[in-house]
Amino acid sequence: MSDISKFSLTEIVNGIKKKDFTSEEVTKSFIDNSKKSKKLNTYITECFEDALKSAKNFDKEKNYEGLLSGVPIAVKDLFCTKNIKTTAGSKILHNFIPTYESTVTNNLWSQGAFLLGKLNCDEFAMGSSNETSFFGSVKNPYGDKLVPGGSSGGSASALAAELTPATIGTDTGGSIRQPASFTGTVGLKPTYGRCSRWGIVAFASSLDQAGPMTKNVKDCALLLQAISGYDPKDSTSINTKVDSYSSKLTEQVKGLKIGIPKEYRVDNMPNEIDNLWKKGIDYLKDAGAIIKNISLPHTMYALPAYYIVAPAEASSNLARYDGVKYGHRAKGKNLIEMYENTRSEGFGDEVKRRILIGTYVLSSGYYDAYYLKAQKVRQLIKDDFDKAFKDVDAVLTPSTPNSAFKIGDKTDDPVSMYLNDIFTVPVNLSGLPAISVPAGHDKNNLPLGLQLIGKAFDEQTILNLSLAIEKRANFKRNYKNWWT
Amino acid sequence: MSIDKDTVKHISKLARISLDEKKINNLSKDLSSIMKFIEKLNKLNTDKVTPLTSIINASLKSRPDEIKDEKIRDQILKNSPEKNEEFFVVPKVIE
Repeated sequence: MSDISKFSLTEIVNGIKKKDFTSEEVTKSFIDNSKKSKKLNTYITECFEDALKSAKNFDKEKNYEGLLSGVPIAVKDLFCTKNIKTTAGSKILHNFIPTYESTVTNNLWSQGAFLLGKLNCDEFAMGSSNETSFFGSVKNPYGDKLVPGGSSGGSASALAAELTPATIGTDTGGSIRQPASFTGTVGLKPTYGRCSRWGIVAFASSLDQAGPMTKNVKDCALLLQAISGYDPKDSTSINTKVDSYSSKLTEQVKGLKIGIPKEYRVDNMPNEIDNLWKKGIDYLKDAGAIIKNISLPHTMYALPAYYIVAPAEASSNLARYDGVKYGHRAKGKNLIEMYENTRSEGFGDEVKRRILIGTYVLSSGYYDAYYLKAQKVRQLIKDDFDKAFKDVDAVLTPSTPNSAFKIGDKTDDPVSMYLNDIFTVPVNLSGLPAISVPAGHDKNNLPLGLQLIGKAFDEQTILNLSLAIEKRANFKRNYKNWWT
Repeated sequence: MSIDKDTVKHISKLARISLDEKKINNLSKDLSSIMKFIEKLNKLNTDKVTPLTSIINASLKSRPDEIKDEKIRDQILKNSPEKNEEFFVVPKVIE
């Protein structure tokens, strides 16, 4: 039989339904690949035995009703999974076993999928390279010296290396789209409120959103459909109809208006990125879309505003890790010293930096100067998009200002690391949906992605446009396997 | 604004994170460069802007306040680094 792990998610779902292969055969194929992938360091927890049991069980019961019937899926270790260790890539949660299941993973299981394992990520999803994980950095299939991006780096790497047929990540400032771009995969951040945040280890609650990461656009539509929906347990999830994204998917985008924001042409952007952007414009023109130049004048203020809002919310969300109810605990002479030592030992450097920045900007006397100012800037950024979307249906930009960089290249300078999210962060601040679709390679044969930003709750349009790009770019993940 | 060592000590106290002298030095440098980056916002006049309070155009729904006891006390306690039969245990607070 041909290698099942090479198939797309959609092909696997259909293959199981048509009895071309069994769920057990599918599961074994991904487990075999995963077992040989230690050098990539993508897994924090392997659930291979349970996955095989679930697969065998599925093959006995043959219930094909779900969107993902019989499919094993590994997920970012930021989603709480009942009775299965959930670490958020942190020492402070290295032994935490949730008593509940996140809504988004529960949605996967309700559609017939089952858990293959928990994937590495930057600690508490804070990072753009997967180097801040307590469980070590993840390697990019495109090279053993390269980062896979972050924070959903384990997810992106596992997907690109065919260790899982699809995966889900979370995106607070680009954590799905940037690693998707670095690994030649598709990643979508849904509209804020499209998917429930319940049971996801919180980073910055007004920005966090779970989303699909897949090999192609069709899979992305299918997986988005599976995880989306209102959840009474998340008061910010929105009760609107979930579209049948995959069956409505079409590359007919004739007449759609696409905005090209001049502010995304940043200083020192490599020519290759600019050329890729031009190619993307040509692809969409070829598909019949109408290109319009637009302005998003406050773009340059998005990253500084993000680095107030995200750390402020993080410092508050991470106050719960105190060594009392769960996780790591250090010794201390008294309660306060126990807290201080626990958090000092339990958190890594980047998480400490962000907690301290957040504590500083929220501390007495500074609230107006920082947090309030950032929320005003956020309003301006959102107004920019609202205004633009009166004239256009979607916005096209590069996903990242560069391709995958070398491990260790940016760890000494936090700000240079932050700049990697320059094109993705404005979307989170505005709550909009955006997708990264692979569109080409640079001169070193590293993948590059294009980003499409849509109107709130209009994921369908950006999926359709991505399909039009995918068909024309004819992108192939052409890395050489160096890890088996 | 640069974040000097005393400020790092102050905020690390507020954040309940103990730091040694070397970490304090490094953080003073890192946090200063981050704050310098953040302060680009000062170039922008926002006097007449209303701050964003929510990015979703929907009012928060209320729900009935129901007790949903799943009787999982023992499971929850299992995650605790130190416990006795029914309680989380912390270092002695009252002398």
